[in-house]
Amino acid sequence: MITQDQLLALINSAIAFGTVIMLGAIGEILIEKAGNLNLGIPGIMYLGGIGGMIAAFYYELRGGQSPVTGLILSLICSMLFAALGGLIYAFLTITLRANQNVTGLTLTIFGGGVANFFGASLNTLAGGVGQISVPITSSAYIAYTKLGYIGTLGKLLFAHGFMAYLAIVLAIAMRYFLNRTRTGLNLRAVGENPGTADAAGINVTKYKYLSITVGAAIAGLGGLFYTMDYIKGTWANDGTIEGLGWLAVALVIFATWKPINAIWGSYLFGFVYWAYLYIPGLSRRTLELFKMLPYLITLIVLIIVSLRKKRENQPPASLGLSYFREER
Amino acid sequence: MSTPEHSAPLLRMAKRGEMLPAWKAWGIRVIALLLSLVVSGIVIVMVSGLNPAAVFATMFDGAVGTSKRAWVTVRDAMTLLCIAVGLAPAFKMRFWNIGAEGQILVGAIASAACMIYLKNLPTPVLLLVMICASLIAGGVWGFFPGLFKARWNTNETLFTLMMNYIAIQLTSYFVALWENPYGSNSVGVINSQNKQGWLPNLFSSGFNKDFGWNVIIVLTVTVLMYLYMNKSKHGYEIAVIGDSENTARYAGIRVNRAYVRTIILSGAICGLAGFVAVSGASHTISTSTAGGRGFTAIIVAWLAQFNSVVMVIFSFLLVFLQKGAQAIASAYNLSQEVSEMITGIILFFLLGSEFFVNYTVHFNGRRGQR
Repeated sequence: MITQDQLLALINSAIAFGTVIMLGAIGEILIEKAGNLNLGIPGIMYLGGIGGMIAAFYYELRGGQSPVTGLILSLICSMLFAALGGLIYAFLTITLRANQNVTGLTLTIFGGGVANFFGASLNTLAGGVGQISVPITSSAYIAYTKLGYIGTLGKLLFAHGFMAYLAIVLAIAMRYFLNRTRTGLNLRAVGENPGTADAAGINVTKYKYLSITVGAAIAGLGGLFYTMDYIKGTWANDGTIEGLGWLAVALVIFATWKPINAIWGSYLFGFVYWAYLYIPGLSRRTLELFKMLPYLITLIVLIIVSLRKKRENQPPASLGLSYFREER
Repeated sequence: MSTPEHSAPLLRMAKRGEMLPAWKAWGIRVIALLLSLVVSGIVIVMVSGLNPAAVFATMFDGAVGTSKRAWVTVRDAMTLLCIAVGLAPAFKMRFWNIGAEGQILVGAIASAACMIYLKNLPTPVLLLVMICASLIAGGVWGFFPGLFKARWNTNETLFTLMMNYIAIQLTSYFVALWENPYGSNSVGVINSQNKQGWLPNLFSSGFNKDFGWNVIIVLTVTVLMYLYMNKSKHGYEIAVIGDSENTARYAGIRVNRAYVRTIILSGAICGLAGFVAVSGASHTISTSTAGGRGFTAIIVAWLAQFNSVVMVIFSFLLVFLQKGAQAIASAYNLSQEVSEMITGIILFFLLGSEFFVNYTVHFNGRRGQR
């Protein structure tokens, strides 16, 4: 059996892992609820990650010493990069009515290219030492209060960087926004049936643009959390963010488009992802099969949801379709 | 003051009443392509401070400068084309098969398994067995999402996406199983001694590797697919379902059966691309054997509007640009990922250009007030 310390370590890595994909998934839920299937989430998370990295890197290169300034700069820059990526997607799919899936995939290619290109260029700027690092800014992301050192419960609940809590707050706020506010209901109407929403006087184009840009900015935070907290303010061109981005897309399905489900769903993904470390006697081969589990679980959920056909668990009705008023 | 004319929007878009003549449509696409090259050029010059003419010369040299480089460009274009050809029928019937990555990988696993376990077979027999195995593996990988889509309307975009990751983990499993040398976590070149299961040279028997067989296999598949899509009953059914599923049902087409059949075919050809990649190119297998080409190929097929000839052009164009960008990267000490960034820019422009092919834009300026 695994010891209490091991279990604690496992849960904590599950929470860290879960936070990355939770942020991505919350952004994507907002986008999908307005009827846009954005397969560019991995690219957007890449953009968010490199945006924060660039800001922090230049700040520290110019001799910046304050963790808080670094944090604010990187946070703003990250959301800006990600929102710009979302804006490209929005312009192509809404105004130019390009196909959503194809545009999203292109955004993923583009975002990964931009991020890894600048990641490598920063490395050259830093003197080509192999790895770039922004310890000062990163320390602000990683820091937690003294409560995080006290007892098992403290280590479990309080030993995380602030973005882990921000993600939960965002998820709850997203649920409130989508279910309890007029704007949120309008947005869902756009996603279910844009023709009807348009007839009711809702500005479909505006809602779609806003949901995509804001959703992208939120999803970009997932990339930021990954670079600043999860891998402690470094950058590696290893394609991990892309894999996490696809998991975020999967999590949206797993959560059946509900932000609250995304919270526990993301931790479950993280738990399953890291559990192999704590199972004795796994050979390297079986370990690879074990890592299949998050995807298998998502697949099973997808199948069950489509078998049961419960109305409240279905994707938004117009998901993936462009809206053009004159074609109604 | 406020007459109705004043409240009219500045820009008004409308679907074109009739299709643009082909030359105009292609003119728009070529203009978009040129614009995207200008933008990419500006980006490259901005990040590197180089002379654009020198940059493009480097690109050309990198993609087709020597016969070896030209062959590599041809080889990669053929692999990409094979995937795009496989995806076209599925996409034409609006079945969003974004699982090509997975289908390529299982095809590659099947090919590599044959190379490892059946290396005592005579080469032509072994190659045939490998082709069949990769076709079956890819077909099986396509069958599941197809079946669930047909029976329970399970979302195929998300289903095939998950199948990609299952295939990637499966590949990791087999890489660990076949790793050589032990502890390297890679399979290494399979059968490097006697080259069992390698596609042979077509033109020369010297040291230079040519990829003539890759070209023959892929072009054969392309021509067959062209005939299947345009001259067969199945191809016609695919076109009808793609336009309107209800019409197809009303016309008595068995839509569900067509879904499953088409996605098996689509997966099988992507599996074959896995064979081409393993036996005809890398002679090894890793999780990057598909390397994102399953996604790039979707864009190739989509932009070509599933026209086989145009897919050949787009495959070459994209691979040419990628090779060229990689050459720039190594010549001027930039990161290799510059090629993905440029690919992204070009694809954005091409996707956007489709709007101007299908829609007209009216300016409601002064003329509107008259």
